[in-house]
Amino acid sequence: MEMIWQGISAALHLLLTKDPEVIEITLLTLKISGTGTFISLLIGIPFGTLLALKPFPGRRFILSVVNTGMGLPPVVVGLWVSIFLWRSGPFGFLNIIYTPTAIIIAQAIIASPIVAALTCAALQQTNPKLRLQIKALGATRLQYIWLLLKEVRYSLLAAIIAGFGAVVSEIGASLAVGGNIQGYTRVLTTATVLEVSKGNFDIAIALSIILCLLAYGATLGLTLLQQKQQGGP
Amino acid sequence: MLEAQEIIWIQNHKTILKNIDFHLLPGECVGLIGPNGSGKSSLLKILAFLEPPTSGQLYFQGQAVPKSVPLTIRRKIAIVFQESLLLNTGVFNNVAMGLKIRGLPKERIREKVDYWLEQFGVIHLSKQSARSLSGGEAQRVSLARAFAIEPDVLFLDEPFSALDAPTKEGLRIDLAKVFKSTQATTVLVSHDFKDIAHLTNRALILLNGEVVAQGPPSELLKNSHKEEVDRFLAHFSS
Repeated sequence: MEMIWQGISAALHLLLTKDPEVIEITLLTLKISGTGTFISLLIGIPFGTLLALKPFPGRRFILSVVNTGMGLPPVVVGLWVSIFLWRSGPFGFLNIIYTPTAIIIAQAIIASPIVAALTCAALQQTNPKLRLQIKALGATRLQYIWLLLKEVRYSLLAAIIAGFGAVVSEIGASLAVGGNIQGYTRVLTTATVLEVSKGNFDIAIALSIILCLLAYGATLGLTLLQQKQQGGP
Repeated sequence: MLEAQEIIWIQNHKTILKNIDFHLLPGECVGLIGPNGSGKSSLLKILAFLEPPTSGQLYFQGQAVPKSVPLTIRRKIAIVFQESLLLNTGVFNNVAMGLKIRGLPKERIREKVDYWLEQFGVIHLSKQSARSLSGGEAQRVSLARAFAIEPDVLFLDEPFSALDAPTKEGLRIDLAKVFKSTQATTVLVSHDFKDIAHLTNRALILLNGEVVAQGPPSELLKNSHKEEVDRFLAHFSS
């Protein structure tokens, strides 16, 4: 119990004194996970839209693969991204293994199926007659898609929350492709594991509290926006 | 204005529409009436270019309509369904939607939206969210949205059927006034002969995917038809 209180106290101390290393790790975590989530939106929303609105052979199979991808283990993604980015791998010439870029790529791969599957589900749940109505208003194909995406915007916010939540809390991929290099690729999750392995439980607890606060803070804004616009209580 | 020749529509190996011939003159309001499952809403979808017929030909303003209907033709029609089908945004934005799609300038959009909200007696709801409206209010906004784009042909698919009797009556009266002032070319689908009698000049009765009788609504009630048509009309003759 004492260890927990020590951890909480250490967390408060690190936060109140604005410990430079913790601030740096926190900002880097936010930057990497934010960018990874943003890229996953650029991939996931168009792909989810295609799956929801365009019938083509094998669509159901691909959808089942995407749905499975929602539970994709980050360590598996880390392994495969490492293989591809390894010096002797197909993209080794890019020289980005053990860089923040490598973590961003891995996190975008983790979040993309989540965003795609939730986008697809949201669009498929729209009233088919509403889709007819939008067409009947004279919308072009692009206007039709844009209006439907606007209609499911609150579900898309949920997709962003889920995508960000998944990447900010993962460790397997960040460790495998980032290498936990101090001041360069060390993020909150990998730093926490490192401190646990060193037996520094107080710092590990402090980092984990910061991680939770970061995840909560980032999603709180989105949740409030979602609830406010949906007219929630 | 609109003509359909020998329209057949087959869905899931079932013939929904059998050899339908139809024409609509400018300024005319034609009713499609029939019991549930008679094919009237299916015919409306074909006439409104929302579904391609299995066979047969559609003509719009004298031109044959290709299978892939061009946007220029699609933008000359408007449809109001049984449900109001408003988008999850404000009332103003809903009515403005078709105009924004057509790229009208903001000032023109405001003028038109305000005019049509006024015509349907819902101008006071302009700033409200579409979600906060009652069924009757939502359907008025839906009608305003359709009229705002000033379509060459307006299709109304059972626009009153989800409303309670007093709301329905009020809206029917207002719609009749708008029809009178605009001379809108309209196809109205209903299973209630009262709607057809109040709003249309001519009506087609559909049974099992076929047009079994047509003429001015008052005469349809007076004249004698096939037994099953008379049985259907008997519900309304009192």
